[in-house]
Amino acid sequence: MLTNITMGQYYPVDSPIHRLDPRMKLVLTIAFIVAVFLVHTIWGYLLILGFVYLSARLARIPFKMLIKGIKPLRMILILTFLLNLFFTPGDTVLVEFWIIRITLEALRQAVFYSLRLVFLVLGTSLLTLTTSPVALSDGIELLLGPLKKIHFPAHELAMMMTIALRFIPTLLDETDKIMKAQMARGADFESGNLISRAKSMVPLLVPLFVSAFRRAGELAMAMESRCYHGGSGRTRFRVLKLKKADWLACGVVALLIGLVVLEGILL
Amino acid sequence: MSIEVRHLTHTYGEGSALHTVALNDVSFTIEDGEFVGIVGHTGSGKSTLVQHLNGLLKPTSGQVLVDGEDLNGEKVNRRALRQRIGLVFQYPEYQLFEETVAKDIAFGPKNQGLSAKEIDARVRHAMSSVHLDYDKYAEKSPFELSGGQMRRVAIAGVLAMEPSVLILDEPTAGLDPRGRDRILTMLEELRAREHTTVLMVSHSMEDMARLATRLLVISEGRLAADGTPREIFSRPGLMTSVGLDIPEAARLCGVLRSRGYNLPEDLYRPEELREHLLRLWKEAAKC
Repeated sequence: MLTNITMGQYYPVDSPIHRLDPRMKLVLTIAFIVAVFLVHTIWGYLLILGFVYLSARLARIPFKMLIKGIKPLRMILILTFLLNLFFTPGDTVLVEFWIIRITLEALRQAVFYSLRLVFLVLGTSLLTLTTSPVALSDGIELLLGPLKKIHFPAHELAMMMTIALRFIPTLLDETDKIMKAQMARGADFESGNLISRAKSMVPLLVPLFVSAFRRAGELAMAMESRCYHGGSGRTRFRVLKLKKADWLACGVVALLIGLVVLEGILL
Repeated sequence: MSIEVRHLTHTYGEGSALHTVALNDVSFTIEDGEFVGIVGHTGSGKSTLVQHLNGLLKPTSGQVLVDGEDLNGEKVNRRALRQRIGLVFQYPEYQLFEETVAKDIAFGPKNQGLSAKEIDARVRHAMSSVHLDYDKYAEKSPFELSGGQMRRVAIAGVLAMEPSVLILDEPTAGLDPRGRDRILTMLEELRAREHTTVLMVSHSMEDMARLATRLLVISEGRLAADGTPREIFSRPGLMTSVGLDIPEAARLCGVLRSRGYNLPEDLYRPEELREHLLRLWKEAAKC
């Protein structure tokens, strides 16, 4: 019922991309986002598309699954496209009637902005699809490590993230179970107007909150009984080390940025 | 009402990396008045199976027929049907949500669209069925009760819809012996009084020995055996081969038989075993 949320859910297969260091993947994803913003022509987007496609192939993630991740964003995409299309000033008029005026520049901008959004989502979902939540928050903690000097709670932040991510599937399962249990008692979650639908959520949300708080309490107790006391002096089970493949990936992304910049200058 | 399951197969996450076959070609028919025990190892597909019986899950292939009608047919009113086939989930106390016990139990009947008077009568009746004193508990918050009491409130919530088939998924899991006994006694009474057909999923062979008239053994998504408890518990090696136990009494009987005691091979209830042992003891005393 609720299992069809694909955006950013870890896809557990083994691939060179999955094995990359999470820190490197994080940095490279940020670099990729920068690259997307540097693109000026359609050729640049083709380059980016090629990069995303090849990465997905290399990560053994079905490209269809990656595309499915964009679906929840379609309203935002359409809105972005339309707003840019109608409200960007330009000179080369393509269509004009009544108060609507579409120019070549506006069309160009609408297409580019929408593509930019699409690629931002594709790039970041590539990161979360290939990196397990635990590895991801490990990476974030290590990258934010230097900020600990100014008393930034990097470890605590990462721990909270790990826990939050860890409990998403649990809570989804729980939601599914409670929903079914209430449906077994004749609850109706699908029909009715907005108000009656909101009301029908009460039998779902109350047990869900109760169980979330119960779980939180139990988890805190379990962590303390295993002597957890925050980040200072904590050693790691998995020590991350940059390997050749990581530098290779770094090189590929550097090349991508180089090409995109070059495209901006030359074309 | 009879429930017929025909070649039921269910696959979770079909076509993805996470796909698992939970049920594989399961067929059986449940008649009126039976007390069917569904047993199986953790992850064998029991819970998946019971969720098919009232249409909460759709079969990947195969059919579930209720009184000869396909449960997943287009014209079937599944909401109404779910009220005739009551399903109590595992740890049902986690689905309580109302301010008071009475209101929570009334949730099902209310969804059935009954009158306030009828709902009140149903709530009182359901509470007495699960041995909860109406005057003492009706206006309490369900979150103030003990675990065993909360579970009985949740079961009352399903009973209040007066289903003709009651399905319970591990109703005694995590309860102390007294809480467990209460639930089992309640089920016995319910069957005696209202002739409700009961299906119960459980890990406890003692519970099954006490209540079931028929056992379905599920192993790795398949129906491994279907028969009376007497047949199933006396078939040597069957239960251990699917990772389950036999009741203590049946095991003790087996050990005594192997040491040469003259006992029938199909004893599984403590009372039966006691009688036979007393007989043997008296015979020995006579000599």
